[in-house]
Amino acid sequence: MDISMIENILFAMVRTGTPLLLVALGAMMSERSGVLNLGQEGMILVGAACGFIAAYASGNLGLGVVAAVAAGAAVSLIFAFIALTLISNQVATGLALTIFGTGLSAFLGAGYVGQTVTGFNTVAIPYLSDIPLIGTALFAQDLLVYLSFILFAAVFVVMRYTRLGLIIRAVGENPEVAHALGYKVLLVRYCAVMFGGAMAGLAGAYLSLAYTPMWSEGIAAGRGWIALALVVFASWRTERILLGAWLFGFASILHLLLQGYGYEISPNLLAMLPYVVTIIVLVMMMYRQKNQGLFAPRSLGQPYHPLK
Amino acid sequence: MRIEKRLHDSQLMVYLSPLLALLLTLISGALLFALLGRPPLGSLYTFFIAPISDLYGLSELAVKVTPLLLCAIGLTLCFKAKIWNIGAEGQFVFGALIGGAVTLQLAESEGFWVLPAIIASGALAGMAWAGIAALLLTRFNANEILTTIMLNYIAVNLLLWAVHGPLKDPDGLNFPESALFASQTLLPVLFEDYRVSIAIFIALFMLVVIWVVLTRTLLGFQLRVMGENHNAARFAGFKGKTLIWLLLCFSGAMAGVAAISETNGPVGQLIPTLSLGYGYAAIIVVFMGRMHPLGILLASCLLGLTYLGGEMAQIDQGLPKSITGLFQGMLLFYLLACDLLISYRLVPKSRLAKAAVSAQ
Amino acid sequence: MSEKKAMRLELLSLTKAYPGCIANDAVSLQVAPGEIHALLGENGAGKSTLMKMIYGVVKPDAGQMTWNDREVSISGPAHARQLGMGMVFQHFSLFETLTVTENIALYLTPAEYGTLDRLRERIIAVGDEYGLAINPDRLVHSLSVGEQQRVEIIRCLLQDIQLLILDEPTAVLTPPEVAQLIAVLKKLAQKGCSILFISHKLHEVNALCDKATILRGGKVTGTCIPSETSPSQMARLMLGDELELQDSMPAGSAGECLLALDKIEVKPRDAFAIHLQDIQLQLHAGEILGLAGVAGNGQDELVDLINGELTSDSGSLHFHGKDIGHTGVQQRRRMGLGVVPADRIGRGALGNMSLTENNLLTSYINQTGKFGWLNWPTIKARATEIISHYKVKANGAEASAKSLSGGNLQKFIIGREILQNPKVLVCFHPTWGVDVGAANLIHQELIKLRDKGTAILVISEDLDELYLLADRLGALCGGRLSPLAAKSAVPLAQLGQWMTGNFGSNAAVEVAHAH
Repeated sequence: MDISMIENILFAMVRTGTPLLLVALGAMMSERSGVLNLGQEGMILVGAACGFIAAYASGNLGLGVVAAVAAGAAVSLIFAFIALTLISNQVATGLALTIFGTGLSAFLGAGYVGQTVTGFNTVAIPYLSDIPLIGTALFAQDLLVYLSFILFAAVFVVMRYTRLGLIIRAVGENPEVAHALGYKVLLVRYCAVMFGGAMAGLAGAYLSLAYTPMWSEGIAAGRGWIALALVVFASWRTERILLGAWLFGFASILHLLLQGYGYEISPNLLAMLPYVVTIIVLVMMMYRQKNQGLFAPRSLGQPYHPLK
Repeated sequence: MRIEKRLHDSQLMVYLSPLLALLLTLISGALLFALLGRPPLGSLYTFFIAPISDLYGLSELAVKVTPLLLCAIGLTLCFKAKIWNIGAEGQFVFGALIGGAVTLQLAESEGFWVLPAIIASGALAGMAWAGIAALLLTRFNANEILTTIMLNYIAVNLLLWAVHGPLKDPDGLNFPESALFASQTLLPVLFEDYRVSIAIFIALFMLVVIWVVLTRTLLGFQLRVMGENHNAARFAGFKGKTLIWLLLCFSGAMAGVAAISETNGPVGQLIPTLSLGYGYAAIIVVFMGRMHPLGILLASCLLGLTYLGGEMAQIDQGLPKSITGLFQGMLLFYLLACDLLISYRLVPKSRLAKAAVSAQ
Repeated sequence: MSEKKAMRLELLSLTKAYPGCIANDAVSLQVAPGEIHALLGENGAGKSTLMKMIYGVVKPDAGQMTWNDREVSISGPAHARQLGMGMVFQHFSLFETLTVTENIALYLTPAEYGTLDRLRERIIAVGDEYGLAINPDRLVHSLSVGEQQRVEIIRCLLQDIQLLILDEPTAVLTPPEVAQLIAVLKKLAQKGCSILFISHKLHEVNALCDKATILRGGKVTGTCIPSETSPSQMARLMLGDELELQDSMPAGSAGECLLALDKIEVKPRDAFAIHLQDIQLQLHAGEILGLAGVAGNGQDELVDLINGELTSDSGSLHFHGKDIGHTGVQQRRRMGLGVVPADRIGRGALGNMSLTENNLLTSYINQTGKFGWLNWPTIKARATEIISHYKVKANGAEASAKSLSGGNLQKFIIGREILQNPKVLVCFHPTWGVDVGAANLIHQELIKLRDKGTAILVISEDLDELYLLADRLGALCGGRLSPLAAKSAVPLAQLGQWMTGNFGSNAAVEVAHAH
C-alpha cells in the first residue's frame, strides 16, 4: 500500500461520507428537539429526484440543488404537520414518509431513468490540496462537499455556543417545561424538522448530481437509515457525527481496499458491508448506553400536546 | 380551530378514521390523475374497480392478499406490544432464499412431506432472521427499528448473491434467476386456471388463531400490556424478553410462510425482484386494520388492490408502476392524520368563547 | 383610619372548566404587598389549576385579574415573569440534563442576564445572600430534590420579583429543610415581596402565613387569618363538615416475621439510580412499618427489589422463611406478596385499559385457566366487586382507568391488592395526590388488613400519614436505612434527623435489628 492509495481511499471516504454527514446532521437537529423522523430515506429520494429533474430540465446544477433542498423541506413539512400538529405516532408517520417519498420519487423520476447530467466536478483549493495524505481528501472535493463542511461547522457552533442551541436542547429534553417557561415548542420543532428535510434533500442532490450524476430508484440504498443509526452512534453529539460519517463512508468503499490487495469477493456480499457495520456499531453504542445512562433527548419520539 | 382532548377516546372514530383516510386518498388520487391529464374518475375505476371486476381478478386479489395477510398477522402481534419490527421484508426475503434452496434440493423428491418441509424451512428461516433482531434487542438493547431495517438490506443482498451465484439456474442463459421449481414443490392451487393457492387458508387459519390469542389468552393480555407501558409489564411480572423473542420469531415465521406462498406459488422460482415491498405494505395493513384481525383482513384486500391497480394503470394508462407506492404512502399519511380525531376533537374558537361567557 | 391598601394581586371570580369537571368556580383572592398568603386546600380542590391561571400557563374561561391594581390578562408565563411573578412548581420545571446556569439562563431573557459567566456569579451571590448555596455548574439531575428546589427559588430571586408563588414546596423537604425554607420566605416578605404559598398542611401554614384563602371542590370556602383561627375551624373549611380527620388509629400487634432483608446491597444500574447499602429490615405479620424519606433516596430501588424487578448484589431476601433472592415477580405474587407502586398510571394501572383488564394486571396469577385461557366474565365480576366495596366512582368495570380521578383509581388499585389476601403488602405513596375522603378510606382499609395478620410496609413522604398508620418507623436516606423503632419512641425531630441521614439516636430509642 502506498501513499497515493491511502490518498485515494481517504478521498473516497470523505466523498462517500458526505451524504451521510448531511442527513445525520439534519436528523440530529430534529431529534435534539425531540422529534424522531424515520422518513429520511423518503426525503433523500424526493430531493434526489427533484434535484435531478430540475437540473436536467434547466441545465443549471445550482437550480437543481435549490429544488432538491426545497423538495426535502416540503415533504418534511407533511411529516411535521401530521406528527406535531396532529400529534400522531412518530414512528408510523416517519415510515409513512419513507413509503410515500419512495413512491413519489419513483413516480416523478420515472421518465428520467437512464438520463445523465454533467455533475459537479471537483474544485481543488490551491496549496491546501497539495498537503500530503489529507490534501486531496479535504481540499480537492466538489462544491457540495465543501458546503457540507461549512454546514457541519455551523451546526456545531449553534448547538454548543448559542442560545438557540440551548433552547433546542431544552425543548427536546422536556417540552412541557419549555412550554411553561414560554418557549414555542411547536415552532422550534417545526424548524428543526424542516432543517432535517432540507439537509436530506441536499444529500439527495449530492447523490444525483455529484456522486453518480443520474437518477435511479435505488439511489439512496438505505443511507437514510444508516444516518439514523449514525446519530445514535454519535450519542447525538455533533462532533462525533463527522467521525461516524467518515467511518461509514469507509465501510462503504472497503471493496476498493480489498481490490487493491487483489481480493475478489462477490460485489453483492461486499454491498452488505455498510449495513453489517451499522448493526455492529449500533449494538456497541446502545449496549454502552444501557449501562451508562441515556444520552438520547428525553422526549424523543413522544407525542406532545400543549395543554391550554 | 383548536385541538382539544376528548374525555374518552371515540370508538366511532376508530372505525371511521380508516374509511375517511380511504376517501381522502381517493380524492387525492383523482386530483393526481387530473394533473397528469388523465380522466380522474376513469383512472380511479381503472385503479380500484377494474382489477377485481371478474373472477380472475378476484383470484389475483387473493394471491396478493395471502402474503400481505400472513406478514400482517405477525406484525400485528409485534406492533401491539410496540415492538417495531420493520424487518418483515428481510424476513420474507430470507425465508424465500432458504425455502428456495430447499425446494431446489427437493426437485427430485416425491411424497406428502415435501411441501410441509418446504413451508417449515421458509418459516424457520424467517424466524431465524427475526431472531437476530430479537437477540440484539434483548441482549444488547439495540433498537429493533434500525437493526431490522439493516437486516432487510442484508437479506436482499444475500438473495442477489445467491441468484447470481450458487443458486443460479445452470440452464438459465446466465440470467440471475434460479431454476424453475419442480411442480410437486409448488403449492397446489384451489381452482384450475386461477393462481390462488391453499396458502390463503393457512393465512385465514392463522388469523383466527391470533384473534383468539389476543382476546382470550394471558399471552395476548401480556403483549397488550407491554405495548401500553413496559414498566407496568415489568411490574406485573411479565417476562419482557421472552415476549420479545416469541413475537419477533412468530412474525419472522409468518413472513417466511408468506415468502413460500409467493415463491412456491405464482412466481415459481427465485428472482431478484421477489418482494414487491410486501413487508412494508404489511405495516400499512396493520395500521389501517387498527391492529384488529378483521380489520387487517379488510386492509390486506385494500392494499392488495393497490398492487393490482398499479399494474392495471401501467397497462391501461401508461402510468409508472410506482403509483402503487404513492397511493400506499398517501393512505398511511391520511390514516395517521385522521387518527387525531380519536383522542382529540376540533373545536372552533368561536364556540370556546361562547362557553366562557356562559360559564359566567 | 387606613385608606384601601393597594393589592399586589387580586383575582375576581376566576373560573376554569374542563370536560367533565369545573376546576375553579368563581374564585376570588387578594394578596397585599409583602404579605405571605396561603392557598389552602386538599388534593383535588383546584389549587394547581388556579396557579396555572395566575401564571399564564392556562387561560381562564371567565373572571378577571388585577396586578398592582391594574387589570391584566396574562398571555403566558413569559408575560407573568415580566410583570414580576415568579413560580416554584410542585413538579420542578427544570431541564435535568442541563446545568444550573443553563437552566436559569433559559428562565430569564438574554437581556436580563447578559453573559453566562455573569449569570454564574450572580447565582453564587444570591445563593449566599439567602443561605441557598448551590454550585452553578452542576447538572440538575445530579442535585438532590431539596437542591433542585433551591435552583427554582434562586432563579425567581434573580428577577425583579414582586410575587413569589410556591406550589406545595414542603412536600419534598426534610423537616430541617422546611425550617430553612420558612426563614428564606420570611426574609423575602420583609423586603416587600408578596408570597403565595400553596399547601394542604395546616401546621406549616400556621407557622408561616399572614392570611389564608381556603379552597374546596373548586370554590372558596373562606378566608382567615391563621394566627386568629383555630385549626379545627380551618380544617372544617378545608374538608367540610362531614369528614372526620382521623388523628389516631388503633395499634397493631406484631406476629411472626414474614419479610426479612438481611444486609442487602443493590448497586446502581444506571446513572440515575441510588446505591442501596446495608439494608436490614424485618417485617412482621400484623404490623405496619412506615419508612419516611424524600424522593430519590432509594425508595424506588427498595420497592423494585422487594417486587422482584431488581436482584440484590449481596445479602439475602426471605419471604416467610424462604429465600426469594432469585425468585421472579410472578412467583412472589403467588407466594402472597402484593405491591402498590407509586405511579398509579403507568405502573399500577394502564390508563387506556378498562378496570376489568387492570384488575387482571396483578390478579392473573389466580384468574387464568389452562394454556392461559382468560374467563373475562369472572374477571369483570371481580373488578365490579372491588368497585362497589371500595366505593370507586366509575362508569362500571368497563370504564377506562384514566377516566377515574386519582383518588378513585388509587382506591381501585389498593382494593385489587387487598382482595387477593396478600401476606405482605408494600404501599409506595399510597395516598399521594388523593383527595381526603379516598385517603381516609385507604387508611382504614390498610388498618383492617393489618389486623387480619398481613405485614404492611408503607413508604411515604407524608409524615402525617406515617405517624397515623405505622407501628414502627424508620427513614431511608441516600440508600441507607435508619434504625427502626416503635412509633412512640420516634418523635418528629428524631425522624427528621434520620431523613437527613444522621442515624445517631438518643438513648430512649430502641434499635430493632435482627431479632
